[in-house]
Amino acid sequence: MQSAALPTAESDARFIQLVRLADDHLILGHRLSEWCGHAPMLEEDLAMPNIALDLLGQARALYSHAGIIENKDRDEDALAYRRLEREYTNLLMCERPNGDFAHTMLRQLFFSVFMKHYWLSGESSSDPVVAALASKAQKESDYHVRHCAQWVIRLGDGTDESAARLAKALQALTPYLHELFESDSVTQTNGDVGFLPEPSTMQTRWRADIDTIFDLAKLCLPSVENLLTQGKSGGRQGLHSESMGFLLAELQFLQRTYPNMQW
Amino acid sequence: MSTSSVTPLWEVFIRPRNGLAHRHCGSLHAADAQMALQAARDVYTRRGEGQSIWVVPSSNIVASDPSASAAFFDPADDKIYRHPTFYDIPDDVGHM
Repeated sequence: MQSAALPTAESDARFIQLVRLADDHLILGHRLSEWCGHAPMLEEDLAMPNIALDLLGQARALYSHAGIIENKDRDEDALAYRRLEREYTNLLMCERPNGDFAHTMLRQLFFSVFMKHYWLSGESSSDPVVAALASKAQKESDYHVRHCAQWVIRLGDGTDESAARLAKALQALTPYLHELFESDSVTQTNGDVGFLPEPSTMQTRWRADIDTIFDLAKLCLPSVENLLTQGKSGGRQGLHSESMGFLLAELQFLQRTYPNMQW
Repeated sequence: MSTSSVTPLWEVFIRPRNGLAHRHCGSLHAADAQMALQAARDVYTRRGEGQSIWVVPSSNIVASDPSASAAFFDPADDKIYRHPTFYDIPDDVGHM
């Protein structure tokens, strides 16, 4: 692989950011899959696991490629199932318990709008594998945005109860938005060499899309300054909330109990 | 499902490939047309079944009355001459 020829720092940065992205998708996909069999209606019971499967597929591709770049003989399963809690570097938003349907939909909307723009930019990655992955994932994210936006609009502009629940979800999720756009030496290195875009460069596009949807949903997002300067952080350093351990206990159960078991 | 009393029923038609007609493939519940279209995508095209989807409110479908089916359909039973099977086809025509 071309990665073998890269300076260590650069290949480390690539590995770290691919695993971050993969963790976001794995953990959020796992959360969404918890709705399977519990959704408010059969149609949604198919739609949410459908999105979860898309996220899982993206996580697999990201882990596999990260494993190749790392070059330490770790495959997608080793990365997804056989790490410790502190080694997972997903956004805190992704590991939050599902809450009610409004909470799940709004969280997914926030994440998917971000990923849609991120993958769109990622299509011009200097790494052809990442570019191909981005181009496939971009179409999937586009659909996730559509689906979640339709629900958020209907819940926000629906009954008193649905609007109240959505407003509550917005309040609960707002502190986690800041982390989406966080920048550090890893993202800067990858941004500079055109491997993956800097998350902070998605702000304007993300905000414009969310504002359009929120107008229809009769919701209002706090001002950009507050969003981007304040909020929870730590996911990228492996500092998780208390719910992460429970999530991993379930996620890793099979591989911990029957190591190396194959489907 | 408890939602059936508030969310209307929709009939779903899928066109599997270009050039073929949309075919009825089932029904679902959804609050409005846009949501019905998305639900149809998730429920009925998960295995690559479709190129195009139509959804129609079930209430907009006018159906024949099952109790009138004798009057509607039986009269056609004894009119076998309506099938074009009584013509001698010249050999030159070949397979038709």
